[in-house]
Amino acid sequence: MKADPKGVLTGSHYLDGDHACSEGALAAGCRFAAGYPITPSTEVVERIAARFPLVGGTFIQLEDELAASIAVIGGVWGGAKALTVTSGPGFSLMMEHIGFAAMTETPVVYIDVQRGGPSTGLPTLAAQADMMQARWGSHGDYRLIALCPNSPQECFDLTLEAFNLAEQYRVPVVVMLDEVVGHMTEKVVIPPAEQLEVTPRRWTDKPPGEFLPFAPREDLVPDLCMFGEGYRFHVTGLTHDERGYPAMNAPTQERLVRRLVDKIEKNADKILRWEEKDTEGAEVVIVSYGITSRVAQRAVEMAREKGVKVGSFRLITAWPFPHKRIAELSRSVKSLVVPELNLGQMSLEVERTVAGRCRTIPVLHAGGAVHRPEAILEAIMEVAR
Amino acid sequence: MNTETSSGAPKQKRFRGVVVINRDNCKGCAFCVEFCPTHALELDKAYNAKGYHPPVFAKPEACNGCDMCGLYCPDFAIFGYREKAEETA
Amino acid sequence: MSEQREHPVNKFLRMDRMPSIWCPGCGIGTTVNCFTRALTECDKDLDKVAVVSGIGCTGRVAGYLNLDSFHTTHGRALPFATGLKVANPELDVVVYSGDGDLSAIGGNHFIHAARRNSDILCICVNNFTYGMTGGQVTPTTPEPAIASTTPYGAFEPTFNLPHLAASSGATYVARWTTFHVRQLARSMRDALSKKGFRFIEVIAPCPTLYLRRNRLGEALHEMRFYKEKSVIKHGADTREAALDYRGQIVVGTFVDTRRPTWLEAMNKRMSTVLGEKFVPYALPTREPKV
Repeated sequence: MKADPKGVLTGSHYLDGDHACSEGALAAGCRFAAGYPITPSTEVVERIAARFPLVGGTFIQLEDELAASIAVIGGVWGGAKALTVTSGPGFSLMMEHIGFAAMTETPVVYIDVQRGGPSTGLPTLAAQADMMQARWGSHGDYRLIALCPNSPQECFDLTLEAFNLAEQYRVPVVVMLDEVVGHMTEKVVIPPAEQLEVTPRRWTDKPPGEFLPFAPREDLVPDLCMFGEGYRFHVTGLTHDERGYPAMNAPTQERLVRRLVDKIEKNADKILRWEEKDTEGAEVVIVSYGITSRVAQRAVEMAREKGVKVGSFRLITAWPFPHKRIAELSRSVKSLVVPELNLGQMSLEVERTVAGRCRTIPVLHAGGAVHRPEAILEAIMEVAR
Repeated sequence: MNTETSSGAPKQKRFRGVVVINRDNCKGCAFCVEFCPTHALELDKAYNAKGYHPPVFAKPEACNGCDMCGLYCPDFAIFGYREKAEETA
Repeated sequence: MSEQREHPVNKFLRMDRMPSIWCPGCGIGTTVNCFTRALTECDKDLDKVAVVSGIGCTGRVAGYLNLDSFHTTHGRALPFATGLKVANPELDVVVYSGDGDLSAIGGNHFIHAARRNSDILCICVNNFTYGMTGGQVTPTTPEPAIASTTPYGAFEPTFNLPHLAASSGATYVARWTTFHVRQLARSMRDALSKKGFRFIEVIAPCPTLYLRRNRLGEALHEMRFYKEKSVIKHGADTREAALDYRGQIVVGTFVDTRRPTWLEAMNKRMSTVLGEKFVPYALPTREPKV
């Protein structure tokens, strides 16, 4: 379906990444948000707090991230599209509820504007050090979707996309900004509502009594109903059967958890997005994401000036990871260079995927600033020599 | 459901109290026996399937169908109600 | 034999989940009885009543009630309920929580839900212990009661929950014990028809852990104790309603007032400041709004 024009601020704007996320959420039909202030993410909810009353949305600032991260899940089951926003320390607090959202198959969106850690770390400075936390941070086995914008425009686009994916797969989707992308201001073009595709919720057609809230359709995803419609259904974070009733035994655990993983892995080809440039015939391919992909672009230009065949591969979907495509690239290149603002996270996933078929060269930076393009260039030249 | 229904002999009242006991859901806490305002219940000497002593409707004639037993029972295993006397007399 | 009648509680229960996991003599089931009687009498559309609970023995209430129900994470029933109510203001949202769930891990949410006057009925079954995990000390365990993590007796000061609720801004505050079934059912019924953050504490026996470990006898003895030690004081100053180990239990309706709920306050503020530009939140619908 098309976006509700009420929430779509059509036009050409000069926005920072955080504010562009707010507009992406509004365009997606998000009308409930809960938050707790934390630098450098607060601008997202500040704009939402100002904009929501004008478009029929409700924002509530709660007492902490624990509350915010579950209030949005409550909002979703009440029928709304919902969002919360945070950064490192708050993201750590939200982990339990990201797992809870995965277990209860709640279509909900979390935004993490990454800053330097661990702990309080660098509140105002960038890092990309929550990438593995997004993937593994909550206990138990589950899958979610994580997206990495590298510009304010993409903050708008991917926040909208995050809502669509959440609805399609009934899964928590995390938009992983970094402080630089969150705070950089650029042109953001918001198209007219009729040009924006919005995925409607998978409301069940079945009447109460016939509907099993956790029985999947063919794509392994179950349909939904909302509270207050007479379904009198139960949702629990305990291992549950298709009725939603607790069933704490090995066969149910196997069936449920396997499906939670499979519904993302088996649909990965439909979920995955990346941007690839000059990889055909390349000796070296830079694998990067977020702000680092923009720094890497300069390194690529510099290497090309030196006559090195360099391609670039930008992760837009970080999770699920594009294993198939990276494996293919590993067969044709000498090396994959992976710059990131952490001491080795997505580079580990690249290395694991490549499985020794080519070299993986991480270019690591502890955060607080972005890479110097020369540092990435050096890694490229190491292979080219 | 293993349900027993007993009813008291109609007195001069316009209604009579009836107690329904689901013996096998009972966990034997005896709240119903203790707090029955008319002392119409007693604990059975026999056990139920779970090994507890459920209540029996010992004095139906005393029961006024107030459903205190139903309110107290933590296991939803007993309830009382009032039946118009002429219906069953 | 007269005609076979259904237990009046049955229509409120998921009968395919009975019997409950609760121990013999556990008071939680008694509170559920009272709650279902309150639902019967309060004239609510039951399709619009949602029950939210956290973790623990009392947390299981949601799973047994045949209503829309959500069994959330430990301590977080209130913020879940807050989100649910804000997103779907048509619902009557009831939080069913235990003392540890509500006042320890969920303590911060409790005072803030009361402060902002979230439109939620919050029922707390206080049995002075964490039952599900084996009887540990909670913020309500009085000195010198034994718990598994206070083997030499509890010594921390306790929360007086009605006072905590009242001083944080709750609009309705009551306390009963599982002995006071009629009063409790009435209190729940009254609270269901009111607005704002409403809090009912129910003192209940945990025979398996709290009573046994403290050699206080069986649940029935505890019920007799409640009967003997309870004093009904409607309108009592909640400061005077603190509980100690085996002393008096002040019960009754302590607070019954009205002030704007979070939603009312927000709508008023937005209307005042934004006037015509304010677009109030519309109930979510299934129809895609294009």
